[in-house]
Amino acid sequence: MTGAIGTSTARVDGIAKVTGTARYAYEHPFTDPVYLYPVQATITRGKIDTFHASAAEEVDGVLAVLSPWNAPRLADISDPELTLLQGPEVKFRGQIIGAVIATTPEIARYAQSLVEVGYAEEEHDTVLRTDHPDRYPEDDPQTIGDDVDQALSDAEIVIDQQYSTPEEHNTPMEPHTSVARWHAEEQHLTLTTATQGPHSVVDTLAPLLGLEPQQLRVVSPHVGGGFGSKAAPHAHDVLAALGAMAVPGRSVKYAITRQQGFVFVGYRSPTQQHLRLGARADGTLTAIDHESFSQVSPVGSFSENASSISASMYAADSRRLVHHLVPLDVPPPHWMRAPGEAPGMFALEVAMDELAVAAGVDPVELRLRNDPPRDPATGNRWTSRRLVDCLHEGARQFGWQDRDPRPGVRRDGEWLVGTGMASATYPHVMMPGTKATIRHNGAGRYTVRTGAADIGTGAWTTLTLISADALGISPDRVTMEIGDSSLPTATVAGGSSGTSSWGSAIVAAAEMFRRQHGEDPDAGAQTTGGVSEDPLAEGYTAASFGAHFVEVRVHPGTGEVRVPRMRGVFSIGRVINPRTVRSQLLGGMVMGVSMALHERSVRDPRFGHVVTQDLASYHVPVHADIEDMDASWLDDSDELATPMGSRGAGEIGIVGSAAAIANAVYHATGLRLRHLPLTPAVLLGD
Amino acid sequence: MNPFDYERATDAAGAVTSVAARPGATFLAGGTNLVDHLKLGITSPELLVDISHLPLTTIEEEADGALVIGANVRNADLAAHPLVRSRHPVLSRALLSGASGQLRNLATTGGNLLQRTRCVYFQDVTTPCNKRVPGSGCSAIGGHTEQHAILGASEHCVAVHPSDMAVALAALDAEVLFLGPDGPGSVTVEELHRLPGDAPEQDTVLDPGHLITAIRIPAPAPGARSTYRKARERSSFAFALVSLAAETVVEDGVIARARLALGGVAHKPWRAHRAEEVLRGAPATTETFTAAAEAELDHARPLEGNAFKVPMARTMMIAALEELTGEDA
Repeated sequence: MTGAIGTSTARVDGIAKVTGTARYAYEHPFTDPVYLYPVQATITRGKIDTFHASAAEEVDGVLAVLSPWNAPRLADISDPELTLLQGPEVKFRGQIIGAVIATTPEIARYAQSLVEVGYAEEEHDTVLRTDHPDRYPEDDPQTIGDDVDQALSDAEIVIDQQYSTPEEHNTPMEPHTSVARWHAEEQHLTLTTATQGPHSVVDTLAPLLGLEPQQLRVVSPHVGGGFGSKAAPHAHDVLAALGAMAVPGRSVKYAITRQQGFVFVGYRSPTQQHLRLGARADGTLTAIDHESFSQVSPVGSFSENASSISASMYAADSRRLVHHLVPLDVPPPHWMRAPGEAPGMFALEVAMDELAVAAGVDPVELRLRNDPPRDPATGNRWTSRRLVDCLHEGARQFGWQDRDPRPGVRRDGEWLVGTGMASATYPHVMMPGTKATIRHNGAGRYTVRTGAADIGTGAWTTLTLISADALGISPDRVTMEIGDSSLPTATVAGGSSGTSSWGSAIVAAAEMFRRQHGEDPDAGAQTTGGVSEDPLAEGYTAASFGAHFVEVRVHPGTGEVRVPRMRGVFSIGRVINPRTVRSQLLGGMVMGVSMALHERSVRDPRFGHVVTQDLASYHVPVHADIEDMDASWLDDSDELATPMGSRGAGEIGIVGSAAAIANAVYHATGLRLRHLPLTPAVLLGD
Repeated sequence: MNPFDYERATDAAGAVTSVAARPGATFLAGGTNLVDHLKLGITSPELLVDISHLPLTTIEEEADGALVIGANVRNADLAAHPLVRSRHPVLSRALLSGASGQLRNLATTGGNLLQRTRCVYFQDVTTPCNKRVPGSGCSAIGGHTEQHAILGASEHCVAVHPSDMAVALAALDAEVLFLGPDGPGSVTVEELHRLPGDAPEQDTVLDPGHLITAIRIPAPAPGARSTYRKARERSSFAFALVSLAAETVVEDGVIARARLALGGVAHKPWRAHRAEEVLRGAPATTETFTAAAEAELDHARPLEGNAFKVPMARTMMIAALEELTGEDA
């Protein structure tokens, strides 16, 4: 290895991005573009009776109006989220029930307003309740070890509390966009779309549209944020494809509005959680009972399982985990950064803070006492579990030593000051199936191709560094090609698995290339290789760990909460590119601040839709909210997990960070708050 | 959006004539609010008369020390003006606490006053709203009301006015100078905005053909101190939960003059006359400040979901008065 890995490297696509020449989905040059705007249901449940499109069709510039009756039929209707315009049923408010295609976006949007829709409306229910009569457990309760109820009744300390996290929406800078062009003669569809996985889009949409995989090409070289919401195609992709088939030979462009981003491109379900911790007097856990609830859509099955985080985090002889789903008349929840882990760790790490207070043990010390030598869920060995080191290093950096545990006693002027901490974890995920092609272009220059996606994470650069070391050359001799389904198959940028999965494939392909072509290959020499299985050995569990330390200031009169200082220390294996990894970790921590203090999609039960549907009413932090924040990592390498020694870093930053803030708010004020977000209204008692 | 006509005005009188002559015509200045409304379908004017090029861009001092601010002065320029910063810090601070740098570079003085509520139901054409469609009902009542009014609301509308600048101007007894089809006129900022009553569709007392040309701020009293405080969920770029513009003159430990206006609590910038009455002539003590805040907030009628605004406003009033009248102020 020449050592490109580990060298802080500016993004290879950085200049293109800051000069505006890196093309996002909407920005590619398309000949003969036309524009699509959807018609959306204004009821939450029922059937469409009438759909009068004549006024819209008469508008100058309107090329087509799609309805449930005239839209092309789909070949595969097994995924109800993507079964668009195939029938009159309305399952959630804002559902796409038609579309206008026109020569300008303004005409399409205007004409859409002229479509008259009549409904047979039915009663709806959009409120998540733990006593909902239709609730059902996702699986049988996962019971590990001894009887939980007995252990809880024997425990010297019991923490028994309810926690909740609200509905939250991904709000990437780049709106979800799809541009579709149907080449009728070749029977071929090109979809230029903002996606976290071009091949996943092909795999999902080709059968739906009755196409062979080679009849669909997905192009996505640059993506402006995804956070999971672009990890699979959503309704807008199907709509653009249907639109393209209605106007063959034209590029049908559709970028969703910010308001539509709060409807049909996925979101984090609200969670309700009941957590019971049993412990000995010294804080050693004996029992963990974690029960959680999330909502599920009639047109989807995605589950925000918040309780499973408690399977492996801490040692305890008795453990029971169960997650319930509540079917409601809502759009389908989907991935949002650390689905399950983020809300689950909020509850678990606030409960741990409560246990620390109850036991009179420092919160860091409490976690040290409960660190499991083996994975409690399976009895597996850890490839590398260094939570303890993260806790020590974080405490050192933050200056946690000699912290006065008393709540509500520190002031700076009008402001109450407090500190808090929480652990972080995220499972190591490596998805087999990625292939990469290595080609020698001559003169020691190589092109490496794989259908990976860079959603702002730095994959263009990270994969360049991995390729350079795998081939034993310097990074400037590598040309990466990613973001296109015409490249070799790659798995999705999701579950913090991208670099692990794609990088492993590149390493394998490079080894094969050298075996086949040697160190001095001919120009044009080419090899395609990949990884067909996860190399993690039987009997091992691999996961990343971390620790968050936070200072907060709370204004007792106005309830304002600010976060002047935050430190995160992580164990994520070997760091490929320190510059972009730091950004990813900080981004996760910022999103944790956001989750703690701001984000909340208010779904109005009377109407059934989210009424906080723009960035003025759905808040995420602005620059002024992020003050002294830093992320760092242990000097690490986990070669049992991946050949690069790396593990994922995309999601762990958000996990636990909201709990650290809530714990700091307790330390500042004495108020134990278990329901996010911690807004001034909540602090002032509403 | 709906098709519309566009006309670029070359002088104020011509702009007034164009808008007054045609129902469905409206003025366009910075466009930071109106363009959103066009996209969202909240309004569909037939004619936009663009006044952004009219030379209403000066800030001039009159002989009596009053400042006359052109309606097209950008928010950023107004906040940075030396005379505003030195004489009316409350106005500079209010402006700088509003919106973002980019918006302040575009938004105008006149437009800021005439911006409309950010009530989420007003902005969502799929829900009833009396302000958007008179008689259709108020969706905020019984809905998501964290941002809504605690003072002066009606059963027809509980929206709040979103401006920070207007709150400071109300406290400063500023006047709005306008031009109408019948010539020039004026109204105080406090009188400009209406309470919703049974006609929440009317934000102000101006007619559609009335063009704001300038704002006039009287000279400050000798010894006056002023400040602006805004409580919000994040540190910047958020509308006020509660804001407060306050100015006091203290002589020998007694409050000679106090002017207070609250934002984020009502359909208009809320001039706290009841509090001012308690303060005037009273000793500058915490007891006085508390009594003043109570006198005003006794009239608060919070909704389900925004009762927190009452203690929030009380704290802010007392703290601002302490700050302005303190020894080291």
